[in-house]
Amino acid sequence: MNARVAVAFLLTAICAGTAISAQQVYAPQKPHHTWGDIERGKYLARAGDCESCHTALGGKPWAGGRAVPTPFGMVYSMNITPDKDTGIGAWSSEDFYRAMHEGIDREGKRLYPAFPYPWYTHVPRGDVDAIKAYLDTLKPVRQVDRQPELHWPFSMRSMLAIWDKLYLHPGQFMPDPKQSAQWNRGAYLVEGPGHCGACHTDKNFLGAPDRKNPMQGGFAEHVFAPNLGAGERDGLSGWSEKDIAQYLGSGINAHAIAAGPMAEVVQQSTQYLTQDDLQAVAVYLKSLAGPEASQPRMPHRDTMSEGQALYVDNCAGCHMDGGEGLANAFPPLRESSAIQAAEPQLLIAVILQGAKSPATKAKPSGLAMPAFGDKLDDVEVAALTTYIRNEWGNRAATVSEHDVSKLRGTLASAPQ
Amino acid sequence: MAKKLPEVEVVLVGFGWTASIIAQELTDAGMQVLALERGGWRDTVPDFSVTHIQDELRYAVRKEIFEQTARQTLTFRNRVDQLALPMRHLGSFNPASGVGGAGVHWNGQNWRFLPTDFVIRTQTEQRYGKKMIPDDMTIQDWGVTYDELEPYYDKFEYLCGISGQAGNINGQLQPGGNPFEGPRKRDYPLPPLKRCAATVLFDKAAREVGLHPFPAPAANTSKPYLNSLGVQMGQCTYCGYCEWFGCANYSKASPQSTILPVLLKKPNFSFRTHCAVTRINTDGTGKHATGVTYVDQDGKEFEQPARMVVLCAFAQHNVHLLLVSKIGAPYDPASGNGVVGRNYAYQLSSTVNVTCKELLNPFMGAGALGQVVDDFNGDNFDHTDKGFIAGGYIALWNTGGRPILQEYLPKGSPKWGSGWKKSVHEDYLYSTHMQCHGAVMSYRDNYLDLDPTYKDEYGNPLLRLTFTFKQNEHAMTKFLTDQATRIAQAIPNRGINSKPRSGDYSIVPYQTTHNTGGAAMGDDPRTSFVNRYLQSWDVPNLWVMGSTVFPQNAGYNPTGTVGALAFWAAEAMKRYVRDPQPLVQV
Repeated sequence: MNARVAVAFLLTAICAGTAISAQQVYAPQKPHHTWGDIERGKYLARAGDCESCHTALGGKPWAGGRAVPTPFGMVYSMNITPDKDTGIGAWSSEDFYRAMHEGIDREGKRLYPAFPYPWYTHVPRGDVDAIKAYLDTLKPVRQVDRQPELHWPFSMRSMLAIWDKLYLHPGQFMPDPKQSAQWNRGAYLVEGPGHCGACHTDKNFLGAPDRKNPMQGGFAEHVFAPNLGAGERDGLSGWSEKDIAQYLGSGINAHAIAAGPMAEVVQQSTQYLTQDDLQAVAVYLKSLAGPEASQPRMPHRDTMSEGQALYVDNCAGCHMDGGEGLANAFPPLRESSAIQAAEPQLLIAVILQGAKSPATKAKPSGLAMPAFGDKLDDVEVAALTTYIRNEWGNRAATVSEHDVSKLRGTLASAPQ
Repeated sequence: MAKKLPEVEVVLVGFGWTASIIAQELTDAGMQVLALERGGWRDTVPDFSVTHIQDELRYAVRKEIFEQTARQTLTFRNRVDQLALPMRHLGSFNPASGVGGAGVHWNGQNWRFLPTDFVIRTQTEQRYGKKMIPDDMTIQDWGVTYDELEPYYDKFEYLCGISGQAGNINGQLQPGGNPFEGPRKRDYPLPPLKRCAATVLFDKAAREVGLHPFPAPAANTSKPYLNSLGVQMGQCTYCGYCEWFGCANYSKASPQSTILPVLLKKPNFSFRTHCAVTRINTDGTGKHATGVTYVDQDGKEFEQPARMVVLCAFAQHNVHLLLVSKIGAPYDPASGNGVVGRNYAYQLSSTVNVTCKELLNPFMGAGALGQVVDDFNGDNFDHTDKGFIAGGYIALWNTGGRPILQEYLPKGSPKWGSGWKKSVHEDYLYSTHMQCHGAVMSYRDNYLDLDPTYKDEYGNPLLRLTFTFKQNEHAMTKFLTDQATRIAQAIPNRGINSKPRSGDYSIVPYQTTHNTGGAAMGDDPRTSFVNRYLQSWDVPNLWVMGSTVFPQNAGYNPTGTVGALAFWAAEAMKRYVRDPQPLVQV
């Protein structure tokens, strides 16, 4: 076989591997992986943004220990480097598949669903093995996992069996034959490795996602991740497929700049997706229904004029008088779905803490907004956010002083 | 005993404009580069945030982001027969400390020097005869021409997003621009800034008296700008807090807002803050630099070996480091021999305050928001019988209308108390001022050397500055101030207060931070420390950046030329690396 034929053969094999991955079925595999497997695993690990959660702030990459606040207490991510004692170096691909598929670790212990196995369960065996193959190439780090700090009764792992019974639906992603291959690829990425719903889907009191109404907005830690379904005000109806792909690929489009937890997702994960995959995600998201449109009342005139004064003094320099922002630099607030989200926490958090846009390959600048938490008090932030959510044709529920003070308290005690 | 660290390819002393440019260029060429910065890390957010940066007392009066004289300063005297004393407060100029250097706190007044500036001796002798240059004036040609630097000026302008109106594109004069500028290959990347009321008045008045006003080229973005490296800049808000402040919204060009987002992501670049370089080390021959020695913030000493050393610190600091490292022949004013410390120069500015009849908006400012005439700069006019050479621009800058330091009240207004308040109340919104920004030539007895008495915190002698203004400069500033007064008179006014500068140079009041020279460039190793590529004649793997290499000053702010020279030198360094030889043989 001459070199050219060999390359062609390899390329075909890789392409075919990518295309059929969603249909692959379980088959025992030898722990021998090709370069193609490892590269695919790396790609999928990025699509899943594994490194973000599995790296403590300022900690060693992939060695875990990142605090993940949940309504039930604090959970810490695991060391997934191939260290034999403290990482997953001793795990077989079966062990790893069980963790991804059923949320059960090598010792048979149930994992907390802060680890998004309810989504990863859709990832087929071939892709899971590829991820493990990639993880095995990382530098082993010796770092013992930190135990969760949960409130009773959630501290009892046995509770998790009940949770899993109620809410976990193990099973691979099944393509919808009525939809295009592109739509199915997007659905797989979003519902599988991307686990977008972990933040963007509403959750019940036990943290279980509302599978019937996916991506209609939900809480991510303490801020509200906006609706990614349809919605003239708070959804993606105003975004084209191209807009979505551009946002995920670079962190910025004509409508928004990624802020809050999403900035990290773009930075660490979605900017590495191929154009085809970004387009597929966009096609899938554009097919989703949104929540029923609410009709919030117009805020009180006094609140609006107080908010306007604060806006002119603090915000208009960058976001401009008409809330239109500055193309490519500072995001528009007018007609913004994130601003008009059902819940205002993201907007409040950005004002209190500031925000840094992702610094991606396409947009390396990483422009930042400073924190105004020291300058504006709760009443002022409430008036300002109410104003922004209801000026220039925007309309969304009024923000109260209590909303601000509550979030301010939560952010102050959040792990840094 | 200094701890010896692993060798790097290139070590940069300082991490301001020139270091950022050199680092960006050399890392692109695949080299491994390390920058050592004596100050701390700074970034737009949180350090220059809009929530606190517009604090005049903190930054302009108390000088928070400048060099701390308790750590490093210099001694000063006007003449060689005087005793020099250390400066314990910054006065006449404000060097920076920290990443970004003075590129953080500059105004953004970004100029190209005139083609004649680079050949000033030749030009003066040819046009006016050798006698026009006094015996003690040691001006010299730069060894590089405007035409050679043009592509590198362009590079700096497209890096920074300069807002301006071209005056001469490929020899074609452009309406509204500076008709005296050297030909440029293309227009500025951004249109000029919006004008404030006072600049409109200046423009009209200058035209009335037969001059050629144009909007100043500004490193303040008039529109959002995606620069040549793909870094996004914002749009100036005309807040009036540029000079002595960091920019809050990415609209003033600085290393942070133009280069660092790209540079800091490169695996072959690194930097260390709070590392003060105290020596350039050489091998036994003294002809080859082996790296630098630095002290970190815990007082620990390190030796950083490097195959190439580039001095990118503030103008005088580069000279100081050469002197304490005993590299190059120190300049001796008695014999006129030696090159390190030779040809120090400065600038000479004067002001004309105008109380207008028309209501103005002085609070609408930007560091380089101004209207300028260049009719009396360089050799743009006939100096026959003028009694001086060179010149300067006359500008109406509206850098800001800050409450403490930026009121240009009528002559005789009280400086404090109820009378001052009354004047501010009645006149602030009608007041503006013009600046004459004059060149200073270099002289045999204006120079830099080491102080025999005073030492810095590392035990090194302080740098000693011996400097005063000479007859040429006095004649020039009087001429410029008279011209500015003539323009002022054409503005409908309630009063004009001309304030020419006379007598000896005083280091106490702020004038400009445009110190130049001390390791001049040129074609002759007897009168220059670096060749036309900014490479040391004596130590070919040592390079000097910044206005340190200007053989004399020009009538412009220096940053544009400093930036262009850095790009020019970076190209030469890439050639040097392929064939490590002196790039100019003598």
